[in-house]
Amino acid sequence: MKKTKYLLPVATAGVLALTLSACSGDGGGGGSTAGSSDCSAYDTYGKHDGKTVSVYSTIVDTEATNLEESWKQFEQCTGITIKYEGSKEFETQIGVRAQSGTAPDVAIFPQPGLLATQARAGYLKPAPKTVSDLVDKNWSPDWKKYGTVDGTYYGAPMLANVKGYVWYSPKTFKDKGWEVPKTWAQMMDLTKKIADDKTMKPWCAGFESGEATGWPGTDWIEDVVLRAQGPEVYDQWVNHQIPFNDPKIVKAFDQVGDILLNPAYVNGGFGDPRSILSTAFAQAGQPVLDGQCAMHHQASFQAANWPAGTNVAEDGDVWAFMTPPVDESKGTAITGGGETVGAYKDTPEVQAYLAFMASADFANNRVKLGGAISANKGLDPNNAQSALDKQSIQLLQDPKTVFRFDGSDLMPSAVGSNSFWKGIVSWINGSSSQQVTDSIEASWPKS
Amino acid sequence: MDFIGGKLLQVVIALAIFAAIIGIIMLVVDRAPKSVKDKVTVAGFLAPAAILMLVGLVYPAVRTSMLAFTDASGNGNGFDNFVWMFTQPEALTTLRNTVIWTVLVPLLSTSFGLAYAVFIDKARGEKVLKSLVFMPMAISFVGAGIIWKLVYDYRGPGLEQTGVINFLRDALGLDPKQFLLDAPENTIFLIVVMVWIQTGFAMVILSAAIKGVPVELIEAARLDGANAWQQFRNVTVPGIRGALVVVLTTITIATLKVFDIVRTMTAGNYDTSVVANEMYTQAFRAGEPGRGAALALILFLMVLPIVVYNARVLRKQREIH
Repeated sequence: MKKTKYLLPVATAGVLALTLSACSGDGGGGGSTAGSSDCSAYDTYGKHDGKTVSVYSTIVDTEATNLEESWKQFEQCTGITIKYEGSKEFETQIGVRAQSGTAPDVAIFPQPGLLATQARAGYLKPAPKTVSDLVDKNWSPDWKKYGTVDGTYYGAPMLANVKGYVWYSPKTFKDKGWEVPKTWAQMMDLTKKIADDKTMKPWCAGFESGEATGWPGTDWIEDVVLRAQGPEVYDQWVNHQIPFNDPKIVKAFDQVGDILLNPAYVNGGFGDPRSILSTAFAQAGQPVLDGQCAMHHQASFQAANWPAGTNVAEDGDVWAFMTPPVDESKGTAITGGGETVGAYKDTPEVQAYLAFMASADFANNRVKLGGAISANKGLDPNNAQSALDKQSIQLLQDPKTVFRFDGSDLMPSAVGSNSFWKGIVSWINGSSSQQVTDSIEASWPKS
Repeated sequence: MDFIGGKLLQVVIALAIFAAIIGIIMLVVDRAPKSVKDKVTVAGFLAPAAILMLVGLVYPAVRTSMLAFTDASGNGNGFDNFVWMFTQPEALTTLRNTVIWTVLVPLLSTSFGLAYAVFIDKARGEKVLKSLVFMPMAISFVGAGIIWKLVYDYRGPGLEQTGVINFLRDALGLDPKQFLLDAPENTIFLIVVMVWIQTGFAMVILSAAIKGVPVELIEAARLDGANAWQQFRNVTVPGIRGALVVVLTTITIATLKVFDIVRTMTAGNYDTSVVANEMYTQAFRAGEPGRGAALALILFLMVLPIVVYNARVLRKQREIH
């Protein structure tokens, strides 16, 4: 058969061609556009033509596209090419990559605990003085603490998010005559009222997130510990001055369980409470828009997960109120998070990039694109693209707010990126609060 | 475009280095004195592979075995990791799951593969039928995991179902079911995915083996009055013994290594973890490289007898022919 003679070489050539195109396909954003935008603001970073900085983080999809957009001008003006890679497996992979010597130039850590593990293992370079000075200028001392490990400063904060928002549909609330609760007790009463009304379930939630499945549940627990037990107990819990299975923490689990484990209260739009585990976190809020669920607990970055065109406003399609305090006299306390930008190399282009990320320019660029906020004091709140972001920025910049960083992000990574998540998963799947907190306590590293 | 040029150059350089090494070996072997020529030839051609194996296989194996006796900070702790493995409930679940996988997957894949091969033997459209069953092998385990995760997708009763199976259950009037959350049946549903992939492999090899059974033997059996099932059991199966062993052992080894399916579909939660997945979780997520190494060692010990048996059978086969 004459045809088969040519089949093998053609097939081989085809495979080789595919492999080559796969190797060369990425990173095409080399900025060869004839953008003659004003580069004077970027003069402090110098010129580094032809240099590449690889950046690795957990941020994917729309949020990642926005991130890349926010440093496009920086790339054009300094000549640096930023090769960005986002992955949901970051928390596991960064350790693997650092150990195997293929660490990225820059890694954006969603957890200070993970940053600390990497710093203590000796892989991270301390932050350059320019960055340290910028952080002193632009952030409150609390934020600087989160990037400091054993006295050395390792990285500037990037963006921030305010956690503990409860998303709802203002139209539905108005039609049904439901009021935004001001205390936890009022919220539980509202929950019962909605459940009795039987048109929709009061809460919807989704914890599925690949390897990180379970992390939204940790946000629930932290919000309740902070509000019901207070910031001092919260700090003791996070720093392991009280054990994870302390009765106060078990009580917090049970309080959350009053909502999340109650089949009458969850899971609006998806089914029974266990469907929380099989529902992806980014889609879990959709039933609020579809009228199948009344409230969805999620951080400020949920704004990016609504379908395009959704009006996020107090009188729009969807809005959010802050999870109310248990005891009104204890004041407003909020949990929140933020990424820290750490570096594995200290070349001039990496340092230029780090300085840019700590500057008000980056914060303003990124916030203008929407769906993000920053605790950078140089950020103009009016750049916020939504009323909710503006509100979040004001909350962060208000000296009266008691702010606490997300607990699981501060705990050692063996707990905060592993056993706490898995504990939440088995808790929703039926294990008791005591069992779960016992096993998380047992997994806390003894160092 | 400078990156394609750069990559092409790298390919050319790599090929050139490869050719150079082979050339040097051939030169040395050729120049060897006649008396030791045979030994030098063997040594010369085995050397590159042997060196790579030493560096890439033997050295890491030895290091991992030593690591299995250390704790999280690197100090020796005797057999503690193994005690943990055989007493901790989660670790025991992992071992139990691995045993279930190792028993069920080879058995089911081989049986289905064999049955399918026999039924489509000499049927019309045999090639098409074969490629249909073989296609899942072309998908990566991760891809197959994602496909089946969507097939098993669940929404509450009365809501619109997005998963194929729950959609069919709904159409038949049954309640939708969570497939991946309840142990131990969720392990069975994960096993379905692997059987789906491996049946094609078993079928293709066994089909070729069945065609290799001498026609005279089967005709002789038929003349003696044997019915189809007796023909199959007494003539065909003994005739394809070698192929059956190869298929069973290969699939068993592949099953012992299974990691992607479990990680993609459940991330090891809900009591579905297997040894390979747990080894990864312990070593890289829980910061316990000692335990990960201990699990790797156990995996190695579990695979070893199968590989030895496989090699023995193959050698006997070669002696017969």
